[in-house]
Amino acid sequence: MNKMLRDERVTLSHGGGGKAMRDLIQSVFTDVFEPESSEDQARLMSDALLEKGAKLAFTTDSYVVTPVEFPGGDIGKIAVCGTVNDLAVGGAKPLWLSAAFIIEEGTEIALLRRIVASMKAEADKAGVKIVTGDTKVVGRGSADQVFITSSGVGVIPADRDIRADSIQDGDVAIVNGVLGDHGATILAARGDMMLMSDLQSDCAALGHLMEAVCHAVPVRACRDATRGGIASSLNEMAEAAGLSIELDETTLPLRAEVKGTCEILGLDPLYLANEGTLVLFVAPEHADAALAAMRSVDTGRDAAIIGRAKAGTPMVTMKTAFGGSRIVDMLVGEQLPRIC
Amino acid sequence: MAFQIRIRGQVQGVGFRPFIWQLAQRFGIEGDVRNDAEGVLIRCVCVDDGFLNAIRAETPQLARIDAVEVSEIDAALGKGFTIAQSGAKGAETRVTPDAATCPDCVTEIRSAGRRHGYAFTNCTHCGPRFTILKQLPYDRAQTSMATFDMCDDCAAEYGNPADRRFHAQPIACPACGPHVLIEPAAVDPIADAARRLLDGQIIAIKGLGGFHLCCDATNPDAIAELRRRKHRPTKPLALMGPIDVIETYARISDSARELISDPAAPIVLLNKAAPLPDGLAPGQTQLGWMLPYTPLHHLILDAIQRPLVMTSGNLSGEPQVIGNDEAREKLGQFADAFVMHNRDIQRRLDDSVERADPPMVLRRARGRVPGTFPLPPGFEQSKPIIAYGGQMKSAICLTKNGQALLGHHMGDLDDLLCGIEFEKAVADYSALFDHSPAFAAVDAHAGYRSTQFAQTQSVEQIEVWHHHAHMAACMGENLWPLDGGKVVGLIMDGTGLGPDGTLWGGEILLGDYRGFDHMGGLSPAPLAGGDMAAREPWRNAMVRLDQAGLSDWADNLFPNAPRDILRHAVAKGLNAPMSSSAGRLFDAVAAVLGICPMGQSFEGEAAMRLEALIDPAEKHGYAFRVSNRQIDPAPIWQQINDDLRADTSREKIAARFHLGLAKVFAAQARDLVQSGQAQAIALSGGCFQNAALLQMVCNALDDLPVLIHRRIPANDGGLAFGQAMIAAAKTI
Ligand SMILES: [Fe+3]
Ligand SMILES: [Mg+2]
Ligand SMILES: [Zn+2]
Ligand SMILES: [Zn+2]
Repeated sequence: MNKMLRDERVTLSHGGGGKAMRDLIQSVFTDVFEPESSEDQARLMSDALLEKGAKLAFTTDSYVVTPVEFPGGDIGKIAVCGTVNDLAVGGAKPLWLSAAFIIEEGTEIALLRRIVASMKAEADKAGVKIVTGDTKVVGRGSADQVFITSSGVGVIPADRDIRADSIQDGDVAIVNGVLGDHGATILAARGDMMLMSDLQSDCAALGHLMEAVCHAVPVRACRDATRGGIASSLNEMAEAAGLSIELDETTLPLRAEVKGTCEILGLDPLYLANEGTLVLFVAPEHADAALAAMRSVDTGRDAAIIGRAKAGTPMVTMKTAFGGSRIVDMLVGEQLPRIC
Repeated sequence: MAFQIRIRGQVQGVGFRPFIWQLAQRFGIEGDVRNDAEGVLIRCVCVDDGFLNAIRAETPQLARIDAVEVSEIDAALGKGFTIAQSGAKGAETRVTPDAATCPDCVTEIRSAGRRHGYAFTNCTHCGPRFTILKQLPYDRAQTSMATFDMCDDCAAEYGNPADRRFHAQPIACPACGPHVLIEPAAVDPIADAARRLLDGQIIAIKGLGGFHLCCDATNPDAIAELRRRKHRPTKPLALMGPIDVIETYARISDSARELISDPAAPIVLLNKAAPLPDGLAPGQTQLGWMLPYTPLHHLILDAIQRPLVMTSGNLSGEPQVIGNDEAREKLGQFADAFVMHNRDIQRRLDDSVERADPPMVLRRARGRVPGTFPLPPGFEQSKPIIAYGGQMKSAICLTKNGQALLGHHMGDLDDLLCGIEFEKAVADYSALFDHSPAFAAVDAHAGYRSTQFAQTQSVEQIEVWHHHAHMAACMGENLWPLDGGKVVGLIMDGTGLGPDGTLWGGEILLGDYRGFDHMGGLSPAPLAGGDMAAREPWRNAMVRLDQAGLSDWADNLFPNAPRDILRHAVAKGLNAPMSSSAGRLFDAVAAVLGICPMGQSFEGEAAMRLEALIDPAEKHGYAFRVSNRQIDPAPIWQQINDDLRADTSREKIAARFHLGLAKVFAAQARDLVQSGQAQAIALSGGCFQNAALLQMVCNALDDLPVLIHRRIPANDGGLAFGQAMIAAAKTI
């Protein structure tokens, strides 16, 4: 490791293309990620690609999180998990990732190292390789410490076809764990909520979970519930499937702290962001096997049925504790009060 | 040479043609009478002043004459006087609201005869109309009565112009009409229902526009049990009783007696006279009463001789149940037995809720809908508009040919069934009114489901600001002309989106139907937790006390509330949008006085209880700070605090707050009128359901022209009417 870089901050010269930049990239990124190719491209090969009928899956996402480190994770972990999850929920086995960093002048290099280490650890855990990347340095105020864009490539086996429009009337909706932890944790870490609790982001890569459940039962459809919460994912799925999705308020897996915090702040946990939560649909006769498979994996320990698909107008509804049903909308911008 | 008499107004389906036939017999008039698209048309050989006067003087109870126009025509008329049958073209184009059982029919069910004890007795002066209608024209075949073939006796009455059942579409008798049943089954359903009620049981009863849940209103245990089962801790329960029973328990003025006896049979809010169990309406000085309005109600009340709780039969937040199977499925958890019948309800209509002194409609539904309102002068040529209303007290409005049809109250559109009902109502009223809109008027709040639904329709939309719509609803109801000049709108409301992106609700507007300027209003405060602020009054008290530098007092008042988290959220702007809501200011004052500070169990509870406290003898009002028409409530908190320390009663404090608020708003309006900038003052917004506030503002402006709501709700139930007026004015 280059000693000169320890305890220093990123300056504009680190983005200048000269030796400073090379040192930064070498010591902070390449030493950790160890890409196989020294060319400016990754050259990829996998047996999975050779299977007849297999499909390549390719996804990209940008990550902007404030604060960049929070209980249970950091922006690097989210970047890996988010991209792995985008692949996994489509039935792909995630294989390779890229990572492009936009770094604000003045960012602590120690922070960068922590982020990169956490990316590496998460990638190893998820069984993916970070094979290519890029860095850019921008002036103060042009970014907030670090922004990361990561793309991912995976392979979908020939026998899998996971898509929202294949959901059938009666299919069961299952989530892998409690809702809203990430959103609530981020609010807490921002100091927006003075929370006493030890809330942790649910940030996790779900590739292993998906492999487990896909081997157990045919999964009809799956989405990860990130920004916009479970409500937005389910609305998208209802729309794509042309079916209504009915939730049951009394069975929603919610941590008491998250529920309480939401009540105080007037927020709806269904709209809170998650980073390690997916919702999938299986035929009702496969629900038990799916639950068992999910619960056998760490990230699916709290898996629960939250509702089912029904023929009807594409929308999401929730049976309330007193038996009525309310419409769970797609979030329209910032939610402004409507009680008059 | 002959004459025609054109009669406009509510003249179809109300026994108008037989009424004319009978007059013609009396005055010896020859000619005929028919219904057509414009109303009723009489043709006669000669016109007699006595005949014309009698048409107006003796109009049937359910009819309303807007105009009588006489002109000469060329026609050869036969001998005698005939009633022309309704052909396809001359079909009855309108249907009137449902009407309470008339005195003649009540007498009939209590007397020996073929309709003795018959629960479906009706005549042209009473009975179901809109709630049994499938589609127009209003003919028996198009109603729930289509499956019942008239017996010979009924057919004879139906065909006899001298009979009060001439062309009464829902005519029936025990031999041919619907019948009552009770589940679990019993030989005499009425007697069994009465026995159960007297036992303290809860019964679901099928009414005109939906099911009710009923129990003995003098039995505190039954009331507590009903509340427990319905998860309805404190929201007032409506009561039903015959007039003599109501007079025992309530103080009833002449105007209230007239209102409660109206064929619309609304729930009327009346002051308590003798005690009934506290659980009926905790903390309220008024109870909502209505008279029995179907023969079934009369029969049950005759059998038990005491008041009944009549609350709508629904799951919390859902629309009232109307079908028998639906009732069994949904109300089974609440009711010990069901009193039902085999006449289907086609349209769900809640009971209307009204006040007599001063007259106002709080919830407009059964008995009032589908009544229409004339549009003001200047709107004669306006294009047909559909207006989609608000979010929480949804109702739609259609305008056409100088008339506005304001649909029934439907409730919070976030509820799935309310949302479905809303979408159905749009199609249904459009078909009934033969309406194809040129423009759609919507609230500017993109989060309202009504606005979102309008966006799925193909009609060009006109966005209307919430409080401009309230103002225009008040102007329109009062027939303020299109070009009548500018009006000051004093709008005191919950929250609605303002053009500056904040939530308005205590505003002084100056304008007309086409536009407005914002002249001032309440100083804003954050809504801590967004809509949660409307549920928990203490949040509003805390932010207002913090603004006034009295945070310590807030800490003392609400020691166990999560104050720090919310203050933090407010400071960070996390779900704490700014709002000048008047409704939330009432909540804040209520919370400071200890009125349900930690949570209201229904909308408006805190404000209603604050109003109920008022000491009517109090004359003094708190002083607000005013600069540039900005009304800052900050100074009132110290005055309240001083009063509390001086042991001033909460009754006086409640009065002083109301008086201070009324006076400060009234002073701004007065100034705008006296300086010649406005011709009149319109009072609108949900806070004007508060009779005390309305009276105080009116008193402060008693020498100036003031427009107030009477038949159109001041709350969001009237919003669609105002939206329609604005869209019509902008597109003329
Ligand atoms: Fe309003
Ligand atoms: Mg993506
Ligand atoms: Zn009658
Ligand atoms: Zn009969």
